Amino acid sequence: MGGMNVVLDQVSHRIGDRLVLDRIDLTLTERRVGVVGLNGSGKSTLARLLDGLVLPTSGRVLVGGLDTRRQAAQVRRRVGFVFTDPDAQIVMPTAGEDVAFSLRRSGLGRDELRQRVERILADHGLAGRGDAPAHLLSGGEKQLLALAAVLATGPSLLVCDEPTTLLDARNARRITSLLADLPQSVLLVTHHLDTVRDFDRVLVVHEGRVVADDTPAAALAAYRRLIEDAP
Amino acid sequence: MIGLYLTGGSVLHRAPAGPKLAVLALGLTAVTLLASTGTVLVALVALGVGYALAGVGLRAAVAQARPLLWLLVLLAAFQTWRADWTTAVEVCGSILVAVLAAGLVTLTTRTEDLLATLVRAMAPLRPLGVHPERVALLLALVIRTVPVLTRIAGEVREARIARGAQWSARALAVPMVIRTVRHADRIGEALIARGADD
Repeated sequence: MGGMNVVLDQVSHRIGDRLVLDRIDLTLTERRVGVVGLNGSGKSTLARLLDGLVLPTSGRVLVGGLDTRRQAAQVRRRVGFVFTDPDAQIVMPTAGEDVAFSLRRSGLGRDELRQRVERILADHGLAGRGDAPAHLLSGGEKQLLALAAVLATGPSLLVCDEPTTLLDARNARRITSLLADLPQSVLLVTHHLDTVRDFDRVLVVHEGRVVADDTPAAALAAYRRLIEDAP
Repeated sequence: MIGLYLTGGSVLHRAPAGPKLAVLALGLTAVTLLASTGTVLVALVALGVGYALAGVGLRAAVAQARPLLWLLVLLAAFQTWRADWTTAVEVCGSILVAVLAAGLVTLTTRTEDLLATLVRAMAPLRPLGVHPERVALLLALVIRTVPVLTRIAGEVREARIARGAQWSARALAVPMVIRTVRHADRIGEALIARGADD
């Protein structure tokens, strides 16, 4: 798979009186894009714009040439979204059922569907956990399940909003290495700076603006300076 | 109590969800209508056989009834006081039978099979504007949300104790409501992201 094809054209987003994003102009064509920034900087909102979960107050967002405002359903078929808290993403009672929910429009027969679900779970380190109640999975397993369920739909772009924030170091590494091996384009919002070190491009978001947009080394250096200067 | 399917290969595990739900409905209706000590005892024995056949273990059976324990004790005491001990056995026994029977069905039936049966059963209601798939999704979400809310309640309770406000109803209710609403918001967002409204 090639890089992503995302355009943000003069995008602003306002919540009440607060300007969360301010006239963002971006064209993303790389396979791996990292987004870092302080809490409340607007980076999660930026990620949500790509899936049409948040619509710009002004400007437009195009994903693969599709407008997230007018062609939201088509955009969501191309874009998979992984949230920070897997408990808010897993909607079915068991692991297998949650993956099956993603495949509900696949037209597969019952047995075929079950086999596909088992294969997907196994591919994501959850072999034999199909009947496990979602709430009894560990934090790492839940995030793996969330990822597996999103990837089951075959998106071309995966947007991840701090998927490792709630995980311990071992599980964070598991998720990171899984993301690194994906054929899909990935936009990763994170506080774990190491995870974007090998990315193609890193954006630093601060107070609703992209204040650095560079190679990982240069962008992360700019971010560190920003942290040091922050009150 | 819900959403706890236990993997197994027993005759009850292999039985289709539809007939199991039908037997459950008919059995519970019979117990309610016949309402006698004998009926309750027969039903409890039948359930004992059912649990043994399912091979899910005594622990799983006890786990179904444990949350009701105090309610049943209080109810039995009240019924004995207001009526007599046979009424107490009938009322409490009927509730126990209902919970154990429903538990046996959920322990031996995958939620997806239960929901698929529900969707089929509700299909005739489509012309009336009912969307069986949406109702099934709603029920699945309810089942999924119960343990999440239980966890949130536990965390809020711990936070309340840590802050020395263990007797404050406000310190329990306010964060509980806020976190529940926030969770509902996030689930809604996840459903949109996963194309549930397409």
